[in-house]
Amino acid sequence: MPGMFNGDFGIVLVNIFLLSILFAAAIAIARMRSLFAIVMLSGIYSLVSAVWYVAVDAVDVAFTEAAVGAGMSTVVLLGAMLLTSRTAKPEKMFSRLGPFLVCLATGAALIYATVDLPPLGDATSAANAGVGYTYLQVTWFDTGIPNVVTPVLASYRGFDTLGETTVVFVAGLAVALLLGFGERSLAERIRNEGRGGADRRKSKAPAVSDEDPA
Amino acid sequence: MKSDHHVILRVIAKLLIPVITMYAFYVQFHGDFGPGGGFQAGVIIAVAVILYALVFGVPAAMRAVPPVFTRSLAAIGVMIYAGVGFWALLNGGQYLEYQALFHEAPGEHHGQHIGIMIIEIGVLCGVSGAMLTIFYAFAGRVAEIRDEDW
Repeated sequence: MPGMFNGDFGIVLVNIFLLSILFAAAIAIARMRSLFAIVMLSGIYSLVSAVWYVAVDAVDVAFTEAAVGAGMSTVVLLGAMLLTSRTAKPEKMFSRLGPFLVCLATGAALIYATVDLPPLGDATSAANAGVGYTYLQVTWFDTGIPNVVTPVLASYRGFDTLGETTVVFVAGLAVALLLGFGERSLAERIRNEGRGGADRRKSKAPAVSDEDPA
Repeated sequence: MKSDHHVILRVIAKLLIPVITMYAFYVQFHGDFGPGGGFQAGVIIAVAVILYALVFGVPAAMRAVPPVFTRSLAAIGVMIYAGVGFWALLNGGQYLEYQALFHEAPGEHHGQHIGIMIIEIGVLCGVSGAMLTIFYAFAGRVAEIRDEDW
């Protein structure tokens, strides 16, 4: 990229630093077997990528990534991990080869595609010159809201956001229908522990919570 | 309380949870002027309750924020959002046309502000309710995180 060193050199250093952290975290996730560490590392990955989104001026995306990726999905993955075993089974050497080739091919294709990308903040790029520029011009007259993202999200694309909210609701509904609403299975667990029954799924002693009402 | 070796965690969490909740409302109502909005605020509120559940146990969190409340909240959030669309319909506009909420000419922004604020509240309720429902569905099935897992 010839335009890389025209801008602020410090920004370039920050980008390289953050992206190398992301790279190291991804390699570590791929090589680890302990699921707990993998979940924690994926949370770190989301947090670092949120920082990187701030560095490329995508503050709203960074906000969502930090809240959903680092906060919410880490907790949900933690809950999912507690339902299974604690370590992943090691694969055979041959079964690693196929995914490795797929990753290499996809990565090469993506790197080849980045050659055609416009530089960051290019005013003449397709994303900034067309409808994006029009939004910046007309938003203030249409809605009188200073943050352009909010009217695009809620006013111009109100149907989309209604659909997204419905999708989130349906996702919660589907998980609840598949896994149960939670309180019933929890009541069953508390009753089992109160009777002193061993946990059926594991040979170890059941976990003792600090504030168990039973 | 049999063992209290997580006492620092408990004290810090008690300090942090009100701050997190207040920050969520800041994100919610400041979304017109800065980054943020209903999605982020809803997730942040859910994370505050989840932090409470992780530190003080899921049964305590279920007593504070019952699962029946979270799943009703998710449905009510979507209904608030869709209701704004019907409000615009009843006032003679198109679905979700905020300009029609108060019969305003183009260039007047009262309906836009009110409409966006109400639908953001709907998004807040929907997202936080759905996220907490998902969390309860997972957390209700498992034991708490044991000390050897840390």
